Amino acid sequence: MTVYLLRRILQSFMVLVAMSIIVFVGVYAVGDPVEILISPDADQLERERAIRALGLDLPLWEQYLVFVQRALQGDLGRSFVFNEPALQIILQRMPATLELAFGSMFLSILIGLPLGLYAGLKPDSVASKTIMAGSILGFSLPTFWVGLMLIMVFAVQLGWLPSTGRGETATLFGLQWSFLTANGLAHILMPAFNLALFKISLVIRLTRAGVRETMLMDYVKFARAKGLSQNRVIFVHVFKNILIPVVTVVGLELGSTIAFSVVTESVFAWPGMGKLIIDSINVLDRPVIVAYLMIIVLMFIVINLVVDILYSVLDPRVRLEAKA
Amino acid sequence: MKTAIRAAAFATMAFVVPASAQNLTMAVGAPVTSLDPHFHQLSPNNAVAGMVFDRLINTDGQSRMVPGLAESWRAVAPDVWEFRLRRGVRFHNGQEFTAEDVAFTFQRVPNVPNSPSSFAGFVRPIRNVEIVDSHTLRLSTNGPYPLLPQDMTNVYILDRETHQNVTTEQFNSVQAAIGTGPYRVLSHRPGDRIEFERNDQYFGERPAFGRVNYRMITNDSARTAALLAGDVEFIDQVPTADLARLRGDQRVAMSEVTGLRVIYLSLDHMREDATPFVTDNDGRPIARNPLRDVRVRRALSMGIDRQAIVDRVMEGAATPTGQFFPPGIFSYVPDLPAPRFDAEGARRLLAEAGFPNGFRIQLNGPNDRYPNDGRIIQAIGQMWTRIGVRTTVEAQPWTTFVARAGRQEYSAFLIGWGSNPEGSHPLRNLIASFDRERGWGASNRGRYSNPELDRRLDEAMREIDDARRERMLIDAQRLALEDVAIIPLHIQTNVWAMRRHLRHDARADESTRAQDVRPAVQR
Repeated sequence: MTVYLLRRILQSFMVLVAMSIIVFVGVYAVGDPVEILISPDADQLERERAIRALGLDLPLWEQYLVFVQRALQGDLGRSFVFNEPALQIILQRMPATLELAFGSMFLSILIGLPLGLYAGLKPDSVASKTIMAGSILGFSLPTFWVGLMLIMVFAVQLGWLPSTGRGETATLFGLQWSFLTANGLAHILMPAFNLALFKISLVIRLTRAGVRETMLMDYVKFARAKGLSQNRVIFVHVFKNILIPVVTVVGLELGSTIAFSVVTESVFAWPGMGKLIIDSINVLDRPVIVAYLMIIVLMFIVINLVVDILYSVLDPRVRLEAKA
Repeated sequence: MKTAIRAAAFATMAFVVPASAQNLTMAVGAPVTSLDPHFHQLSPNNAVAGMVFDRLINTDGQSRMVPGLAESWRAVAPDVWEFRLRRGVRFHNGQEFTAEDVAFTFQRVPNVPNSPSSFAGFVRPIRNVEIVDSHTLRLSTNGPYPLLPQDMTNVYILDRETHQNVTTEQFNSVQAAIGTGPYRVLSHRPGDRIEFERNDQYFGERPAFGRVNYRMITNDSARTAALLAGDVEFIDQVPTADLARLRGDQRVAMSEVTGLRVIYLSLDHMREDATPFVTDNDGRPIARNPLRDVRVRRALSMGIDRQAIVDRVMEGAATPTGQFFPPGIFSYVPDLPAPRFDAEGARRLLAEAGFPNGFRIQLNGPNDRYPNDGRIIQAIGQMWTRIGVRTTVEAQPWTTFVARAGRQEYSAFLIGWGSNPEGSHPLRNLIASFDRERGWGASNRGRYSNPELDRRLDEAMREIDDARRERMLIDAQRLALEDVAIIPLHIQTNVWAMRRHLRHDARADESTRAQDVRPAVQR
């Protein structure tokens, strides 16, 4: 276990270094931050001053060394646009994105699992076929469009829910959370559902496939033969086994939801990290882009690790040492 | 039970009624990145600074100068400007405003750490600040400098006692966001919203709304939807695609004004030999750059049907133009209409210039910067092809586009320019020869150069007398535009939309500020 963890950490570190180099070179290749940030009527002197102020007068490799030096001391640079530490800006926006991501994961399990279970147990019923057809829509409709449609229907036409924004927040652990207030919940419902739509379909399909496969297994037949109740067979014997793929996929999806909820966040004006990163890319705010991607890489590494560990808990046949 | 319901209903009413009369929720399309008024010279930041702070000279909706913290100003000598300051003005924290604060502000402006675009250029001409008394200032410049008042419309005044050594972060966290303006900042959630409260001690006109929720909704469709849903009462940057729909909506009113942002084409004047994106009809480079021939430039300008672009691409939210300014602005050139569309004449001019069969060109431009930018260059591509200049079009994201345009990599490209209402502003930045020492031509990406124009501009910029300077600037603009230094296309219309119960004084400078919004029916 320890060897395995050490190796994973070393690998992660290499990924982080590679990532920072790619982003540095990438932003450099895309364009010149000063051209974008500077007021168009700034004269040449002012442009030169801005280039120096942002540290862009040094050759690229030197800029990178400065970055590495500071990063080793925990400083990922200051945002060009906000003049605040990039890390701090990202962490400020993190709660908003996290609650959106967890909200959508919660919805996807709450809706996806029962529907998938039903569709797996009664594959030939009309309801199951409707569920499966519906899940195709969930896969194929673009989030952007669905988001706007949700706003048009529930906010503009019906007026049931607020159209955009985060709403009121309450403080918990020193951070602002909106799921603690009724107004905040009303605001989070549509974006979370929009983000969940794809995952709901995924969970439905995975669950259904798992149920159909597992129901034919010998141990299920045996459990039935023992005279266990239908509920016990399904919710203990079958359910436990179909959870493994669901946990894997939902875990990985959680990562990409946190990292790339860009579209949903900008359609619903949700002040999270996704909106921050797209705004930062638009103005080539390199410190924020680099810091953000490093955090995301780190997060994926942690999530993968947690998923691996969860595996071994859910399925005793999986041993982490053996895999390493 | 009944009483409980009634009490509940009453409570809701008590909450709702003052809310609609007293509060305003508005949404803007561009994120405000800082509350420090000297950190980043960026229109959304300036709009918010215009709610919280004042300048010596403020500007009205037409961008004309009106007294701000200075009640009057005049040139006492060609190189000395005297400002008489308003008495009895207090900052939000009760500190009194005096001449010392102005001197302090001028010191801070060029020294804001890490500023990506500072306001230093506006105070650089000031050689010396003399405090005559607590409310009189004399600013001396190197030689005659008529633009000082114009520069002062860009500098937001801070308090010496409050803002000594204050950082940008302290502004962003609200604690230092203290000015003399009509609103004080209550809270700031970066990238999401800013909440304001009316400053009842404001020296100017009292704003109508006591509380303002200033939200940032960058997605165009979402902003319009938020207005239609009633979540916000006021939006700016109405997308042209939604104009027709909003105009027909009974719940919505609009306000609009011709702005100061001109959309134009910049041409490569720098290369005398082949320019990268122009070839002959067989795809071979042309040995001499045809864009340096004024007849070719004139033909290209005549070959554009500006009215069609405004009507069909811009949905009417622009005015065709042949110059930088709309009528009514200082130094507007009165007898210079938008060039008439004339395909026949354009072909004739091309033939005269030695291109009877035209040539090929690539037209570049951004696709995410100005309203409909990508579609405008497509339209122009088709129009040019009709006069024999076979045009391909390439639109790119602004981030990549602007860097390449700044390196003179293109032959012809579309770009925009937001002017100060003073002819020297576009001339000095876009048309004057690129000259680092003078700070001229910094945005002259096509590197047009005309010594006669430089001379006239230099002369105008030393002329203190407004009427004489205006005449000189009009002549200089005419010279540049008759030489087709750039090809102006249209001037954008700034459009805001609001719920019917509101009205708004539209601003040519695109600023979206709460004090410009009032209830439609005065109570």
